[in-house]
Amino acid sequence: MNLDFSPEDLAFREEVRAFIAENYPASLRAVQEEGEEMAKEDFLSWHRILAKKGWVAPAWPTEYGGPGWSSVQRYIWSEELARADAVPILPFGINMVGPVIYTFGTPEQKQRFLPPTLTGDIWWSQGYSEPGAGSDLASLKTKAERFTGDDGKEYYLVNGQKTWTTLAQHGDWIFCLVRTDPNAKIQEGISFLLIDMKSPGVTVRPIITLGGEHEVNEVWFENVKVPVENRIYEENKGWTCAKFLLAHERSGIAGVARSKRGIERIRQIAAEELADDGNPLIQDPLFRRKIAELEIDLTALEFTELRTLASEHAGKGPGPESSVLKIKGTEIQQRITELVLEASGNYGAPYFRGFPKEGGNALPIGPDHARRAAPTYFNVRKTSIYGGSNEIQRNIIAKMVLGL
Amino acid sequence: MDFNFSEEQSMLRDTIASYLQDKYDFETRRKIVSSESGWRADYWKAFAEELGILGASFSEELGGLGGGALDNMIVMEEFGKALVIEPYLGTVIIGGGFLKHSGHTDAADHIASIVAGETTIAFAYAEAQGRYTLSDLKTTAKKDGSGWVLNGHKAVVVGAPFASHLIVTARTGGSQREASGVSVFLVDKHAKGVTTRDYPTVDGGRASEVYFDNVSIPADALIGAEGAGLPLVEKVVDEATAAVCAEGVGVMRKLHEGTLDYAKQRKQFGTAISNFQVLQHRMVDMFIELEQSVSMTYMATLKLGESDAERAKAVSSAKVRIGRALKFCGQSAIQIHGGMGMTDELAIGHYFKRGTIIEGLFGSVDHHLTRYERLSFDKAA
Repeated sequence: MNLDFSPEDLAFREEVRAFIAENYPASLRAVQEEGEEMAKEDFLSWHRILAKKGWVAPAWPTEYGGPGWSSVQRYIWSEELARADAVPILPFGINMVGPVIYTFGTPEQKQRFLPPTLTGDIWWSQGYSEPGAGSDLASLKTKAERFTGDDGKEYYLVNGQKTWTTLAQHGDWIFCLVRTDPNAKIQEGISFLLIDMKSPGVTVRPIITLGGEHEVNEVWFENVKVPVENRIYEENKGWTCAKFLLAHERSGIAGVARSKRGIERIRQIAAEELADDGNPLIQDPLFRRKIAELEIDLTALEFTELRTLASEHAGKGPGPESSVLKIKGTEIQQRITELVLEASGNYGAPYFRGFPKEGGNALPIGPDHARRAAPTYFNVRKTSIYGGSNEIQRNIIAKMVLGL
Repeated sequence: MDFNFSEEQSMLRDTIASYLQDKYDFETRRKIVSSESGWRADYWKAFAEELGILGASFSEELGGLGGGALDNMIVMEEFGKALVIEPYLGTVIIGGGFLKHSGHTDAADHIASIVAGETTIAFAYAEAQGRYTLSDLKTTAKKDGSGWVLNGHKAVVVGAPFASHLIVTARTGGSQREASGVSVFLVDKHAKGVTTRDYPTVDGGRASEVYFDNVSIPADALIGAEGAGLPLVEKVVDEATAAVCAEGVGVMRKLHEGTLDYAKQRKQFGTAISNFQVLQHRMVDMFIELEQSVSMTYMATLKLGESDAERAKAVSSAKVRIGRALKFCGQSAIQIHGGMGMTDELAIGHYFKRGTIIEGLFGSVDHHLTRYERLSFDKAA
C-alpha cells in the first residue's frame, strides 16, 4: 500500500493547474462572486474552452473524444477544478447520456450525437423523474406508442410528463425513459428515447424551488412525434441503459473535491466573522469542533472514494459501493451549507434575489458570503433526495452488499 | 401541577385559530409576503379591534385583558402555525415588554396605543459586528440639552418596514462590549435623521438596515435607567426568545402534520410511503422532538418571572432544544416530501424556512448552549 501519487501524476497536476489558471474565464469568476443565477452562455463558455483542449469528457474513451486519462488523473482533474472554484461541467451530456450513447448506440447515433455533445452544441436535459415516480423510477407512465407516419417512416407518439428536469429551460434535446409496452412487467417495456425539444408538443414549465431559483422544470409531451431511429438500444430494454446511467451518475456524486474547497471557505468565513465574545469565530471552541468533525468525516469519505477508485482502476465498474459515496458525500455537502449559514449570524436572513438593485449590483448589505448562505442551504437539501434518495441508497446497500 | 389552559386562554387560542383559518390560509399569506408592503395593516387593525388579541397579555390597569406570558405563548404558537408576518413579536412582546417593565411615565399611554393597533414597533438591537451579544454596541446616544442625539447602524431590524416606532439600544457610556453604559430608547421611525434600507428576508418577512445620523430624541424617549439598561434588555429578549420558541412549536406542528399527511397519500413501490419503517421512525422522532419542544416552551414561559439567572437558564435551555428540533423536523419534512419538498409551491418549504430563521433568532443553539453552561457551571455568574 502506498498513499503517494506517482511523479507522472504530480506532473499532470502541475499541467492542469497551469491550464486552469491561464484559461478559466475571469467573467465567470465575477458571475459566481455576485451569486447571480448563471446564464446559458456562462455554463457553456468554460465547457467550450475545455472541449477545444480535448478535456471536457475525462471519462470518455479516446475514440469518442476522451483524453485517455487514468482514473487517478481524472480524480486529480476534478480536485483541481474544485480548487479553482471552476463552474462545474453539466453532467447531463458528458456524464450521463454520452456514455449511454457510446455504449449502447448505433454507429449512426454515435456519429450524430457525440460530437455536438462534446462541443456543447447540444444542451441535454434528463427526462427520468415523473410526478408519480421519483426514487421509484420504474413506475414511470410517459407512453410512447409506435405508428407509421404519412411519410411511411416509423415513429413513436409520446405523451406524458417529466419533472425536476434540471435547466431544461435551456435544453436542445432531452433523453427520456418512456413506456413502450404497458403490459410488460414494470421494469420491462421501458425504452430510452432521445427527443428534440423543439418538436411540436413539448412544453417546458418552470418550478421555483425553496431558495427562489429557477433550476428545475416540468416537461410536458403532448402527441410528440419521435422518429424510431432516436431510440437508443432495443425497444423495451431501456432499463438496461437506465441502470448503466444511474451507476455513472452516482460515481461522481461524492463531490469530495468541492467539499474540501467548501471547508476551506468555512475556515475563511469563520476567520472573518466575529463570535459572541468579539473574537474571530474560528477561535470559538464549538464552531471549531464542528469544522474538525466535518474535516474528519470528509477524510473518511475521501479515502473511501480513493479505495473505490483504485478498485475501478483494477477493472471493476462502479458497484453498489457508490451508494456509500452518495450518502456520505451529500450529507457532508449539506453540513457545509449549514455551517456557512450558521457562521453568517443575523445576516443569513436578508434575501436579495430579484430584489431591486442599485447601480447594477445587489445591495451591499452584510458580508458577501452571507448573501447566498440561506438559499444555498435550502437548495442543497435536494442532494439527499435526487439521484435516488439516501433512503433508497441504503436499501441498495442492504440488498446488494449485505444481502438482506 | 397543572398544565391546562384557563377558559380565557382556551378561548383566546380558539379565536385566533379560527380567524387565521378563515382569513390567513397559505395562499393569502403568499399574496401578503409578495405584496409591495409585505404585511396587512387591515389585519393588524382586526387583531386589535375585532379579536382584541393585542391587549391579551397586558394587565387591566394598562388597558389590557389581564393576561401575561402564557397568552403571548398562545398567540405566537398560532401565528407559527399560520406563518403570520404581522409584527406581534416586535410590537406587543418586545415593545410592550420594555414599556411595562420600565416604569416609564408614559408607559400606559404607549401601551394603550399598542393595544389599539396604532403603534407598531420594531426592535433595533443587533449590530453588524455583534452577532448575538446584546451589549456589543457601537451605536451611541449623547446627551444634548435635556434630550439625546443618536448615531449608529442597526442590522437586520425585523419588521422595521412596518413599524411606526423603533426600540433602539445604544451606548450612553462605557466601551463597546461593556455591560454598563447601555440605554434603551423609543424612537419615532420617521424622526429626522433616521434612514432605512428595506429588504425581504428568506422566510417571507421584511427587515431593514437602520441608520441614525444625528437623530435628536427627547428626554422621555429613554426607557428604563440611563446606562443600566442591559438587565432590562436581557429580560425582554428572554421573553421574546420564549415567544419564538412557541412560534417554533407552531411551525413544528405543521411540519409534522404536513409530513404525516403527505406520507400517507404518496405512493411508491406500490404502497404509501408511510408504510416504510425507516420513514415511520423518522416521523416518530419528529413527534418526539415536537413533544419535547412543547414541554420546554411551557417550562421557559412559566419561568419568565423567576430570578434573572433562573429565567436565563430556562430560556436558553428551551432555545437549544427548539433550535435542534426545528432543524431536525424541517430537514426531515423536506426529505420525506422528496422533490415536492423542494418546491416553492407547497407550504412545507415555507415552514422549513421560517423554522430555519427561528433557529438563529436571538441566538443560535451554540450561543444558548454557551450561555447555559456559563450560568450552570460558573459560580461568578
